[in-house]
Amino acid sequence: MTRATKVLTELFWLEHLHRIEAYLDRGGYQALKKALTEMKPEQVQEEVKKAGLRGRGGAGFPAGVKWGFIPKDLDKPRYLCVNADEGEPGTFKDKYILSHDPHLLIEGIVLAAYAVGIHSAYVYIRGEYELIARRLEQAIAEAYAKGYLGRNILGAGFDLELVVHRGAGAYICGEETSLLESLEGKRGNPRLKPPFPALVGLFQCPTVINNVETLANVPFIIQKGAAWFVEQGLPKDGGTRLFGVSGAVAKPGLYELPAGTSLREIIYTHAGGMKDGRKLKAVIPGGMSSPILRADEIDVAMDVDSIAAAGSMLGSGAIIVIAEGTPILHVLRKVAKFYAHESCGQCTPCRLGTSWIHKIVERMAAGGGTRDDVDTLVRLAGNIKGRTLCPLGDAAAMPVAAIAQKFRAELEATLERSAVRP
Amino acid sequence: MSSVLSDVLAKKIDELAARYPVKQAALLPVLHLVQNEKGFLSPEDEQDVAGRLGILPVKVREVVTFYTMFRRSPVGKYHIQVCTNLSCSLAGGDGLVGRLETRLGIALGGTTPDGKFTLTGVECLGACETAPCLMINFDYHGNLDAAGLDKILEGLA
Repeated sequence: MTRATKVLTELFWLEHLHRIEAYLDRGGYQALKKALTEMKPEQVQEEVKKAGLRGRGGAGFPAGVKWGFIPKDLDKPRYLCVNADEGEPGTFKDKYILSHDPHLLIEGIVLAAYAVGIHSAYVYIRGEYELIARRLEQAIAEAYAKGYLGRNILGAGFDLELVVHRGAGAYICGEETSLLESLEGKRGNPRLKPPFPALVGLFQCPTVINNVETLANVPFIIQKGAAWFVEQGLPKDGGTRLFGVSGAVAKPGLYELPAGTSLREIIYTHAGGMKDGRKLKAVIPGGMSSPILRADEIDVAMDVDSIAAAGSMLGSGAIIVIAEGTPILHVLRKVAKFYAHESCGQCTPCRLGTSWIHKIVERMAAGGGTRDDVDTLVRLAGNIKGRTLCPLGDAAAMPVAAIAQKFRAELEATLERSAVRP
Repeated sequence: MSSVLSDVLAKKIDELAARYPVKQAALLPVLHLVQNEKGFLSPEDEQDVAGRLGILPVKVREVVTFYTMFRRSPVGKYHIQVCTNLSCSLAGGDGLVGRLETRLGIALGGTTPDGKFTLTGVECLGACETAPCLMINFDYHGNLDAAGLDKILEGLA
């Protein structure tokens, strides 16, 4: 097996990589040239399917399969939306691609658009990334000037317009139908599915929505082939993963590793182990919405299927490490506050449930909890899960239920110590 | 009713609207543009933006009140947005909030009487590898301890 240690981030150390000259120097836009001159759109799609490229945004859906859902015979425009909203707490990976290597993303976008027959694409970038959005716009202008975007790209008769669209501070807009509403200039309230965006998406037209990291992998798949890409990861989960490690580790940061690397290895070998020699207490393995793992549950492979089998999820690959000494109630308070703040309010179970959970947790923290608070939290979480239009409800419910169940003894001890009401 | 938008701004709005098949789609970029220019979004701005994009003013109000980055009142010259989410708090972020409140003499959500600083607590800013972190206007600052924070504050004239 020939494994490159890094794929996406291999050249991040290059100075001025974000400028098109540096990108071309390192062989940039060669995959695009190859696709436009030697491959039919279906072949590009097929190659990405064979590569086992799973979505890097959170759901882990195979990208090539998603592209295949776009109807071929509908007489309507088709759109590509790039999800650069990156709001899941703990996640910062896409920022690195956008700021270090924007042309890699642009090349991936043009390849995806070519594969699906799309001529208009939007990058929906989180509002706080204003300076990064400007850099991306500069890169897009360079790509237009050199003929990698716009009309008749590389003389091959393929057209693509690309626009950067900034969000304005709403976690919910990372959810794909909410993102579409936001792109249409509306509140980010998720849509009822079906119809799915592949049929009725942006401006009521067939739409593909892919995450930044997902698309940034496409040029490598086209250039080096699906078989090579699979070798960098696993057959059903090809390529590397960008893991963002934060919390109580010696070296927080971005680590690109093969899909399937163990969580223990990521924390202890790559992220430098625990900070100040502290003892591990728990890990949130895939962004705040992923169910928490105890210290004895970290011998798990970090790929979509393995971590799901272990009862959590890979999500956005954002690993938050929690040390002994941090009360689990502290973690629970942050989780509860976040989802109460970010629920869009459209579905009652989520709007009320997240707010009740937040109030109960704050009451516990203030020493006014009741003996059955932990049970109430589990019940409330259960009443949100599966009862909302979009996955935010599940995202709020899962971590609360997992914390309450796995750390019940600690939470109940907290309640015992405080002046508990009967 | 006369417009409170300058001709230059109106022209920029039309340019943004031309990037989409439907004018309303430009609403978020347009509101960012107007807010950057004016500091916040007044009811008159909402009316004018609505007119320019050919939508009802209520559609603009709905959006302005949905997204946390849109402001309906002025903020200080330096808008400090400090992360209060998990990764930052594990790295000492709560202490950072406390120090900011003490140094500036305001609580989260407040503005100093001289109009220089506004302090806002926000959710994850996507910079957890540099926790604890905050934003001052559009600039990120990370890996902050008390000394680092003091140095930044002293550098703000």
